[in-house]
Parts: sequence; C-alpha cells; structure tokens
Amino acid sequence: MPRIKAHFDRLSHLFLPLSVLVILIVINLIKGADYFRITMVNGAFYGNIPNILFGASELVILAIGMTLVTAASRGQDISIGEIGAIASAIFVQYVLRAGSAVTLWTILAGFLISCVAGLLIGAFNGTLVSFFRVQPMVATLILFLGGRSIAFIIDGKVSPILANEISNQIGTVIPGVPIQTPIILTAVFIAVVVVVLKTTNLRLYVEAVGINPNAARLNGIDPKKIIFLTFLIMGVCSAVAGFIAVNKAGRHDSVNLLKFIMMDAILAVALGGNSLGGGKFSITGSIIGAYTIEILNRTLLRLEVNPEAIKAFKAVFIIILMVIASPVVRAFVRKVVDKAKTIVAANSVRKTVGLNKAVFFITDSSAGKKEE
Amino acid sequence: MKKFGLLLLVAVLVLSVACGLALAAPQKLIKVGIVNLPPEESGYRQANVEDMNKVFSRENGYDAKQTNTADNSEQIAAARGYIRDGVDYLLISAANATGWDDVLQSAKRAGVKVILFDRLIDTDPSNYEAALVSDMHYEGQLATDWVLNNVPKPIKLVLIRGQLGSAAEIGRSAPVLKAAQEGKLEIVADGTGGDTWSLEEARKVVEAAIAAGKDFNVIYAQNDGMAQGAVQALEAAGISHGKNGKVKIIGFDFNRFALRNVQAGYWDADVQCNPRQASQIDQWIKSGNIPKGIVYQQELILTTDTITDEHIEKYGINADPGKGVITR
Repeated sequence: MPRIKAHFDRLSHLFLPLSVLVILIVINLIKGADYFRITMVNGAFYGNIPNILFGASELVILAIGMTLVTAASRGQDISIGEIGAIASAIFVQYVLRAGSAVTLWTILAGFLISCVAGLLIGAFNGTLVSFFRVQPMVATLILFLGGRSIAFIIDGKVSPILANEISNQIGTVIPGVPIQTPIILTAVFIAVVVVVLKTTNLRLYVEAVGINPNAARLNGIDPKKIIFLTFLIMGVCSAVAGFIAVNKAGRHDSVNLLKFIMMDAILAVALGGNSLGGGKFSITGSIIGAYTIEILNRTLLRLEVNPEAIKAFKAVFIIILMVIASPVVRAFVRKVVDKAKTIVAANSVRKTVGLNKAVFFITDSSAGKKEE
Repeated sequence: MKKFGLLLLVAVLVLSVACGLALAAPQKLIKVGIVNLPPEESGYRQANVEDMNKVFSRENGYDAKQTNTADNSEQIAAARGYIRDGVDYLLISAANATGWDDVLQSAKRAGVKVILFDRLIDTDPSNYEAALVSDMHYEGQLATDWVLNNVPKPIKLVLIRGQLGSAAEIGRSAPVLKAAQEGKLEIVADGTGGDTWSLEEARKVVEAAIAAGKDFNVIYAQNDGMAQGAVQALEAAGISHGKNGKVKIIGFDFNRFALRNVQAGYWDADVQCNPRQASQIDQWIKSGNIPKGIVYQQELILTTDTITDEHIEKYGINADPGKGVITR
C-alpha cells in the first residue's frame, strides 16, 4: 500500500504538466477528430503524432540536459544551440573528409568525436560556473555570442552539404523500419538517461547540491564536481541534438542550426513543473514539457492563426500554461482537494445528506479551476 | 676597389628607388572605406564580403579598409574613422536603416563619395551618390510570373514567408498576394519560417497543410532553407514534387545546393538574390561615371530547363554539393 501511495505521489507531481498537454490535445481534437490518425507512407508511420515526435526530438534531448543543469547550478545554460552547432560542424567535417566512401563507422566515429567536442565545451562552461562561480547565464553567454562564429570557421565559411545516404537515413527513415530514425534515437537517449538515473546516485547528488550546496558539502558531496558534471552532461546532450539536427537538415547551416532553442528548452523545464531555482527535478516532466511546446507550435498552425499574430498567440498560450503550472495554482489546487477530502470524510462519518453538498462543492471547485 | 664597390651599390640603390617611383607614380591607389556586416551572418553575406575583398584589392588599384560588424553604432564610428582618414569613397551596407544622417553629411562636407550597397538607408537621397541594391519586389515578381506561367491551373499555393516585416519578406510576398487578390491564384496556406527563416518551421507549415487535407500544387518558399524544409515534409508524406511531380517548388537566394536540386529536377526554380555588387561599383568608380540615386541589380530566375553548371559556379553562394547530388 505505501509503495502504491509513493507511486501516486510521483504521478501527482506530473499532474500539471500532463493537464497542460491534455488541454492542447483537446483543442486539437475539437479542431478535427482525425488528430490521432496514423497512416503508412513509404513503409513508415505518418500522421500528427509521428510528426510531433520527429519534430521535438532535439528539444527533448536538450530539455533533459537543461533539467540537470538547472537543478544543480540553479541557473540555465543559454549556449546549448551554439554547442550543438559547433559539435555538429566537427561531425560534418569528419564525415566530409571520408569523401564518397562514407560507412556507418565513419558516421559513428564522427558522432563520438562530436560528443567529445560537446564534453570539452561543457567542461569549459562547467569550469566557469563551478570553479570560478560565474553565474551560469553569464558564463554561457560567452559561447552564446561567439559560438556560431566558431562553427562558421570550422565550416570553412560555407554551409557544407551532408549528402550521403546514411546521413539521409538518420535524418528520415531507415528502409524497413516503420519509425523515423530521430524518434528512435530520442527514445534510446531517454532510455540511457533512465538507466543512469536508476543505477547511480546522480539524482540524489544533483538534488542535494541544488537544494543546499553547503549542506551537501558537509555530507561529503562536492557541489563543484556535481555542477561541473551536469555541464558535461549538457555538452553531450547538445552534441547529440546537433547530430540529429544536422542529419535532418542534410547540410550544416552554422547561422540557423538550433538557433534560440535554449528558450524552448528552458520553457520545457519550467512547464515540466521544475523550479528554475534548482533543487528537486523531474526529467519526465521536462520531456512532457518539450513535447507540449512542439504540440503548441503545431496547434497554432493547425488553428491557422495568421502568421503575423502567431507569436502573440504563442505568448498568450504560454502565459496561460505557466499560470496553470505555477506553484501558486498548484498549492491552491492541493488545498482545495484536501479541503474536499476532509469534508467528504467528515460527511461520510455523519452519513448525512451533507454528502451531496460536498459533491457539489467538489464540482464547483473544479469548475472554478478550469476558469484559471 | 672598395670605393668602386660602394659607388656601385649607391648607383644600384638610386636606380632601384627611381624605378620604383616611376612604376608606382602613375598607379595612385584609390582609398576606399567599406562598412559591412559580418560574414558569419549568412551565406549571402559571406559571398558579399568575399567579393568585396576580391574586387577592392591592391592589384586592382585600391587601398581598401574594411569593417564588418552588425552593430549600427560601431558601423557609424568606423565610417567616421574612414572620413577622418580621408578616403575617396565610402561604401556602406548598414545594419540599421536609421541614424546615419550626421555621418553622411560630414562625408559630404569632406568630399567623400558615399555609395550604399545591398541595403538602403532612410535618409535624404542627396546624402549619398548611389545605392546598388537587390529589388526584393522584382525578385517576388519574377517568381510569381513563373508560378502563373508554369503551374497547372487552378494554382493552389502554399506561401512560406521569411522574417515578417523584413524587406525581403515584404518584397517577395507582395506580388503573390496581389496575384491572389486578382484571383489568378489561391493561397491555401500562409505560414512563416519565423525570424530565422527556419527550415524546421517551414516543414511544420507544410505538415500542417497536409494534415488539414489541403490540396496544393506549388510551394513558394522565400529562401532556400525553407524550401528544403517544405520538400522534406512532402517527402515524408509521400507527395511527389519537382519536374514530373505534383507540387512545384520555388526557392530564393541561389544557394548552390538549391541550384543543384533545381538542376536535378528535385525542385523547379530558384530566384537570385545577388550578393556581388563589388564589380559594378568598381566599374562606376573606375569610369568616374557614378549614377545618381537607387540602382537595382539585374537578377535571374533559373529553372530545371534553363540552369547550367556555369550558372551554379558563377552565381551560386555557399558550398557546392557537386553535380547530380541532391540535398534532401
């Protein structure tokens, strides 16, 4: 029984990110009942849901890294798009060096090299933040401003083309596999993260450092090391996202690749119910948050919002979603639910007609919540 | 013997200096100050800066100094510096269209001739000699005419705009919107790639149009990256496009990958946005015949039937994937 209760508590943590997601899905269903329809096109699944999973793949991976950085360092990394651009530029240069004889091993080696590049850049950011105690946003501002110039130089001042067949399959579908490759890669990445969090103490350490670094240090956890580690992980996440993005695009556009994606990544973390001030975190929430943003973008297109007004609409939607997901509303909902429970309990003891009143109260309060 | 050697040395020195003077004298270098945006801004700018460096070189008879920055106030400071240095010509591609009145007037007082390239400045036309720019409206008209003449009727068009409100977006949209108003074509979906002219956003616009069950037979994307994203959406949905396909594809900017796609019949047409103003300006300066006011560049539209390797080599920008290579 207690285990089930603990499980339920964890789920209730996800209640709000999920409710936001559900609201968007309902809007989409009202617009057209065929929202979930999936067909087969050229041997691969096609429809709104595969499109969403495909489109959000980089964002999901970056949101995971951003969650860890936020939780430990109590700040955000705003250079993730630039790290992705630099790492993928290195990947592209490696692959192009192989000429026309590109094999799976070339791609794999290039990918690993780009991950190492991501690690190094993450180490740079991490050193500034953990050892020199620079504010994360200021430390990562350096690469945010200069990163694209570095990628541009690595590119040899042009946008190199990645026209080999394997890259194309990584960016689209592998023949015979019904799911688009970026979706599979994202799923694998999530699985790796889940295994790491289950088998190591990473979560405990990160949360301890985020909640109170001094207390963590007194308990033998070095906050510097943990913060440094989260930036290393962020670097790898960025490299993986850059890898997926460049294979999708088929060419390396250092100017626009993953541009401004840190905004969406930070938003995903917030929508996932995580505090941007660090501490306890929920990776699942951030992943849901990332998919929610992707669905939001597509919902506005589905509703055929005028292109001039699309940004304003997005802003309004995000304000509404953030208010729904805010701690204030969450505390209010909890209070209302608790109150309802006690009233129900009190009434069930008395076994009077008051029960009707309680039911009325619950429906009333939930109606009130919808209006928020 | 020693004296003779010394004399010889002096003689040689005098002769060589005299020769040097004689050679240098008729070739007085023209001093030029170039205020431009940074090459990493875009493939267009990279080609533009490269072209400027190539044309305004010492071998070509120029003493050129260049400042590349996206900061308008830094640009203005650089322009002031060049005027102080006493340049003969000042070439400007401004980051912002406003705030230039003072510096342009002081250039006029100092007798420095100002030529604007690529971007116009909101100022009195008397403040500069000439401006050589792309006519975005003309580019849009080229593309719209091509759509009206080559896409089977009834024309059902998906419009993918660039950054809303930018000169390129306004110019390239206007002729299409006008044709739609006149009933010559129907715009079934109207979207934007956002401020970054993003491939991913363009892809989403087309995916939304497909999901809504819209029927269309041409995609008008206002740059090559967005055209690429649109085609990716068609590919994933199994909709044919290009030369023998259902949906015609037109892009802008003459990226070499886009031109190769047009050549292969994977796309249908591409409209030029010429970043190479330097040789025209060079001609003006050398001939001493600088026109007054705004001059628009001649620009091309290339289709699968008209494109050649020479076009791609000469007019394209960015990396060339190579003949027959399609960038998906």
